[in-house]
Amino acid sequence: MQNLNEVRGKYQQQYKEKIARPRIVVGLGTCGIAAGGDKVMAALKEQVAARGLDADIDFTSCIGMCYREPMVEIALPGLPAVIYGDIFPDKVEKLLEGHIVNKTPVLEWAAFQIPGDAAPYEGIEVMEQTSYYSKQVRSVTSRLGRTNPETIVDYMATGGYEGLEKALAMDRLDVIEEVKKSGLRGRGGGGFPTGVKWSFVYGAQGEKKYAVCNADEGDPGAFMDRSVLEGDPHAVLEGMAIAGFAIGADEGYIYCRAEYPLAIKRLNMAIAEAEAHGLLGDNILESGFSFRVKIKAGAGAFVCGEETALLNSIEGLRGMPRVRPPFPAHKGLFGLPTVLNNVETYANVPFIIRNGSDWYAGMGTEKSKGSKVFCLTGKVNNTGLMEVPMGITLRDIIFTIGGGIQEDKKFKAVQSGGPSGGCIPTEHLDTPIDYDSLGAIGSIMGSGGLVVMDEGTCMVDVAKFFLNFTQLESCGKCTPCREGTKRMLEILQRICDGEGEIEDLDTLERLCRVIKSSALCGLGQTCPNPIATTMRYFKDEYVAHIKDKRCPAGVCKALLQYTILEDKCTGCGVCLRACPSGAITGEKKKPHTIDIDLCIKCGACIQKCKFDAIVKK
Amino acid sequence: MEMVKLTINGNEIEVPAGTTILKAAEQMGIDIPTLCFLEELSSVGACRMCVVEVKGARALVASCAAAVAPGMEVQTHSPAVMEARKMILDLMVANHPLDCMTCDKMGDCKLADLCYEYGVKESIFKGEKHNYPVETSNPFIMRDMNKCILCGRCVRACAEITGQDTIDFINRGFDSKIAPFFDTELVDSDCVFCGQCVSVCPTGALVEKQMSGKGRRWELSKVRTTCPFCGTGCNFDLWVKDDQIVGVASNPDAPANGRALCVKGRFGWDFVHNENRITTPLIKKDGEFVEASWDEALNLIADSLKEIKEKNGPDSFAALSSARCTNEENYLVQKFTRAVMGTNNVDHCART
Repeated sequence: MQNLNEVRGKYQQQYKEKIARPRIVVGLGTCGIAAGGDKVMAALKEQVAARGLDADIDFTSCIGMCYREPMVEIALPGLPAVIYGDIFPDKVEKLLEGHIVNKTPVLEWAAFQIPGDAAPYEGIEVMEQTSYYSKQVRSVTSRLGRTNPETIVDYMATGGYEGLEKALAMDRLDVIEEVKKSGLRGRGGGGFPTGVKWSFVYGAQGEKKYAVCNADEGDPGAFMDRSVLEGDPHAVLEGMAIAGFAIGADEGYIYCRAEYPLAIKRLNMAIAEAEAHGLLGDNILESGFSFRVKIKAGAGAFVCGEETALLNSIEGLRGMPRVRPPFPAHKGLFGLPTVLNNVETYANVPFIIRNGSDWYAGMGTEKSKGSKVFCLTGKVNNTGLMEVPMGITLRDIIFTIGGGIQEDKKFKAVQSGGPSGGCIPTEHLDTPIDYDSLGAIGSIMGSGGLVVMDEGTCMVDVAKFFLNFTQLESCGKCTPCREGTKRMLEILQRICDGEGEIEDLDTLERLCRVIKSSALCGLGQTCPNPIATTMRYFKDEYVAHIKDKRCPAGVCKALLQYTILEDKCTGCGVCLRACPSGAITGEKKKPHTIDIDLCIKCGACIQKCKFDAIVKK
Repeated sequence: MEMVKLTINGNEIEVPAGTTILKAAEQMGIDIPTLCFLEELSSVGACRMCVVEVKGARALVASCAAAVAPGMEVQTHSPAVMEARKMILDLMVANHPLDCMTCDKMGDCKLADLCYEYGVKESIFKGEKHNYPVETSNPFIMRDMNKCILCGRCVRACAEITGQDTIDFINRGFDSKIAPFFDTELVDSDCVFCGQCVSVCPTGALVEKQMSGKGRRWELSKVRTTCPFCGTGCNFDLWVKDDQIVGVASNPDAPANGRALCVKGRFGWDFVHNENRITTPLIKKDGEFVEASWDEALNLIADSLKEIKEKNGPDSFAALSSARCTNEENYLVQKFTRAVMGTNNVDHCART
């Protein structure tokens, strides 16, 4: 078998030379670009050239801290790399003046530093000591924000394709055994042991086999897979190739949602580079193993994240789940044995093979090994991407990494697992994050989206939001999901409109039970979870909507009433002028009043009032 | 053959491996309700009426699609199963017009039968119902998608029996609907109007337009017949009321064609009762066609053919046969032409 020593040595040298130069690196994941990273990049290029500064400009992918985008890293030879946050084009001049010209970091914009072997700068937190990173681990995300994802040089210089090389020299069954021993479970949400799944496909009979990657990430608030695809596309390809080798597949498909154009672009670049290096294609490294990867862009159906619907979609059929069994391991893509894993699962594989299963199993809990990537969004201070060891508590994620709730409001709930997950209340904040513990409190691990809600969130409204989503995305095949979600949504709408009846709660419970037990696929079976968990933990809110016609969080418009407090109103008339429906009347310098029949509850008056004289309840 | 032992409702049974739970239960005389299932079509487990409880399974299992496994313990009518079935029917009824009094399918509607069996009188849900216009733009099939329960039988019949793939699911969620490409009407699609979809529809969503208003299903009797249109010999049942044909029903047991029929066989029977139809032989006398007996007519043909052969020789005769004849009839035509008339001048309309 051919080895990679020579080319790897060459790339390590190139990489070493690259990081030994003064350099400026911009975070250009979709997140960074959306925040304006590309404009920062243009400004940097222009000013570095205009001033003739001695610095290279490079880019990387998601650095993790969404709340600090756009982010820019500056490193001088032999000195720590400093990562700056909220760098917009107007800050570029000062940044270059300070850090490049005067060799003095601009402390007020610095988010953290990575000293490496150098002595840290004073006044900037070291990455591992920041509250954002101190509880994190960096394995599957280790290249994110650190390497350029559009070149195989960076990948191979940082251990890339060592896993594949090692696997190809192993017995196929030993590769599967290694993955089994690592304890890796499916990161798409189901949590099925990956090695066991592979062994099913290994043992299945078929003239051809497939390794398919599920990159149809569709949960609201989830972007783990996008970040990995954009930041480390080769890791996914390498993981797939290792899986293909282990199970005996010579072809792989990546089913990536079309809404991820940058991920698809970088994957295509990575495939071309890997093929040019003989790491994909025929007779890989002269081992006799051939493996090709194709990309199939999805057309925007949430249900295509369900594995059998995904396979239908690749085959050119309508994305509708198939009845199981037969499972894809025996009858998958084009009726042939197929292993299906998600992006994060595959991306973990090269690390497991390279570092050994013991290393991986050393992280996490007894039944949930390793690390998990999460996306923290919603009402937290620090939104972003994070990789944490399994078993960490929700409290650590939300309050340490996430920095607590925005505007010092009270935490109310966190939704894990997207529309298929559940709302977890305060009393379960110390629940360790692993597949089984989350299941026990009515939620699921899901693919890793965490949406944080504060006291200003109405839980009935939240349940309605998720049901609206699942109803629109239901494929229409099975009755409980297609019709049941519609009726649940209608009941929730009535409750929010103040037209609910107490019997509705019983009907909702029955619907939740039946849909969970009788729907065809995972999407249908889990779609009642947002209702079931909010009813379990926040039943009083449902009752308040129905019995008292009151929305305790002050969200459901139909149940709100705006009133002007007589003792606080100065009669300034600002609210009167702001009201678009003419509902406010009053003489100047005398307390005003709101005609509730005319009031459209838009809230314009509250926003304008300087004396806190208007309340909604 | 590999046999599998399992228990259904506490009783043990042994069936060949690969048998579905539904079929195994059927052997024990246990009736599991189905809607989307049909023997001749693939099983998709979509309607969920046939769900059963399997010990150790995470959720209820669609018995029409799930194969038996050794040691499986199945409950076909447990409280959880009954609750699910009732709720599923309730959900279907919640989005159904319930205009059964004027529905042409009344008396032959699987949804109504199951609602009767499970005591689903009206839905507990008050909410939106579909309000699609009823499609009557073609002469054969009336499509009322308000009555459709989206079991998908028609989609599979179109794909698997006819091989036409004209219709499929469109849209998602509550707006899911069965339709041809771009939601056109059938007449604007590549539909061949074979009517397989109508024959498998369990509700009044698809009905034969010709049958509409022609009688309640229980007033109709079925008479088995062979299609007169071509030599294939398709078998089907005629729906008959007061000695008048009102429609055609597929007979899945038909040896030549099963459930499949073409547009002519299923919808082209109206000539039977046409007043212009010729019912006796006619002989032209003095420029006018005059009714004659079969003996009279056959004798005239025999005499004329004999005369032609004697006067002008065998090759002055040629026979052209029709694809509407059976193979046997076509065989006889060529045999008669060669052996009796003595010529090889034989041809057939389907030759080219």
